[in-house]
Amino acid sequence: MGFTEADIVAIALTLRLALTTTGILLVLGTPLAWWLAHSNSRWRGAVGALVALPLVLPPTVLGFYLLIALSPNGPIGQITTALGLGTLPFTFWGLVIGSVLYSMPFVVQPLQNSFMALGARPLEMAATLRAGPWDRFVSVVIPQCRHGFITASVLGFAHTVGEFGVVLMIGGNIPGQTRVVSVQIYDHVESLNYDQAHWLAGSLVLFSFLVLFWVYGNQGKSGLARINPGLGSVSR
Amino acid sequence: MTVSATSAHSPAELEEKILASLEARMAHQSGITADAAFRLAVDLALPGKGITAIFGASGSGKTTLLRCLAGLQSIDSGRVVVNGETWHDEETFLPTHQRGLGFVFQEASLFEHLTAGDNLNYAIKRAPQAGATVNKEQIVELMGITTLLGRLPAQLSGGERQRVAIARALLTNPRLLLMDEPLAALDHKRRQEILPYLERLHQEVSLPILYVTHSLEEVTRLADHLVLLDEGLVVAQGEVGDLLSRPDLNLGSGVETGSMLTGEIVQRDERWHLVKVRFDGGELWVRDHDHFYQQAAVPTVRVRVLARDVSLSLTEEDHSSILNRLPAQVAGIADDGDPAMATVQLQLGSSRLLARVSRRSIDELSIRPGQKLWAQIKSVAVLR
Repeated sequence: MGFTEADIVAIALTLRLALTTTGILLVLGTPLAWWLAHSNSRWRGAVGALVALPLVLPPTVLGFYLLIALSPNGPIGQITTALGLGTLPFTFWGLVIGSVLYSMPFVVQPLQNSFMALGARPLEMAATLRAGPWDRFVSVVIPQCRHGFITASVLGFAHTVGEFGVVLMIGGNIPGQTRVVSVQIYDHVESLNYDQAHWLAGSLVLFSFLVLFWVYGNQGKSGLARINPGLGSVSR
Repeated sequence: MTVSATSAHSPAELEEKILASLEARMAHQSGITADAAFRLAVDLALPGKGITAIFGASGSGKTTLLRCLAGLQSIDSGRVVVNGETWHDEETFLPTHQRGLGFVFQEASLFEHLTAGDNLNYAIKRAPQAGATVNKEQIVELMGITTLLGRLPAQLSGGERQRVAIARALLTNPRLLLMDEPLAALDHKRRQEILPYLERLHQEVSLPILYVTHSLEEVTRLADHLVLLDEGLVVAQGEVGDLLSRPDLNLGSGVETGSMLTGEIVQRDERWHLVKVRFDGGELWVRDHDHFYQQAAVPTVRVRVLARDVSLSLTEEDHSSILNRLPAQVAGIADDGDPAMATVQLQLGSSRLLARVSRRSIDELSIRPGQKLWAQIKSVAVLR
């Protein structure tokens, strides 16, 4: 026994989806987390709440609205159709968009916490040593917040691997395109292939445990951002 | 009260001055009384070399002034010109990283992820090399941190960290060094450990330094020039010896009225453990602390004479235990808050001495301005 060919395809697709999503989230989430950590804007609370929404909403709710928005008559669907990109539901990139939104808090919150823990002083210090804004980010923020970046990446990746509801709503079940591991497990169970389901499900349990063990095991070490994904709380 | 007007400085003067005329309002940092806005309004023309101490109680705006000069805090209006280079006026605002300054924070702020040596390299890499007056070896030696360069900040003591921070600030090749109470976070022992390094810095590096402190000891040991700040306003500014010899200035509670004299050691009496200090206006015999033996190379010494340790006599009394008797002329007589006492200002050459005597004595000896008499000095404290 072991993984079937379809299982391997699902695993490869899942890894590709998680890597793509994590990469996009780091690019989008870093400036967003920076803004949330430093802004005095009255919109800060509203934006922070929006980012945290996927923590409490059923994935099907997010998936439902995304399906509507991305459909040919939806606001985003009209744009993508006009641009000649076709419609995104039931495609890999549709899944990426869903995953980015769904895993957003798991990337933004650790980053935001670690930016807040860094404080203003190291940046002021760097400015008095003639480092410009971009230089300060590269030479001070990235090294001093590296644990925050690592935690954000690991959680964003792991959480994308674990999603199911959003995928089902906007991705469907197309092998090699949208059938990720969680959907594959569902299929195995539906067709009473419990042995196959055990292999995949057990692998996910092990994977998730190792990731969380690493994250929580490192918590409290110097510079590591504290995370509390379950509550979405901001702590230092 | 001397608040200088900056409006009428000739170009030649601008070249070697630090002009800071600025106004800033901000909520109090305590945050509790956010509506009680703090206002800083200063108009300063400071010498473009030597150490200028900015002295005042906590909350007087010292740190805010320094942060405004560095561009770390926004100001409502103002002008900052450092030795001819405009950092801030109506048209210009240079962000902090484009200002030629070094900044030493109160708590030694080193990059925790870099070793002491790499903290220095961080500055060197970004410093303009044109016109560099210092090199790394010199500064490392000056601050005595040669053996510390391989360590991480967490492995250094508070005093060591601060010495690395000072070295790093110097290696940015600054035109102006700003120091925000660099010794305040250290205990007495560490302070005494660093002060000699700052004195060497003063002697060996020709760089204007603005030094924020609330310690009179640091002022008297380090500063050439003094700015007194209170509630965001300049109370007085001038040469440090002059200001410290002014009986009308309140330097804070617990600070006794007295004067500061600068002179050099001209003679050493090994038998009685005394040294003779000559200053403009006379000579003083001073107890020879071990301090002097060790630092024989120091050309000048500063001494402080408290007003209560000076008494007055119309004749040179020979038979007394008092060692120092100097001819002086009365420059003025000032009230000192006590109905029984008054402070007599004495002129000795270009130096000033204060004597605290009873009003009855003044009357009985009929002491008046212009009169020549003898000042008897009971005790002299060596500052450095």
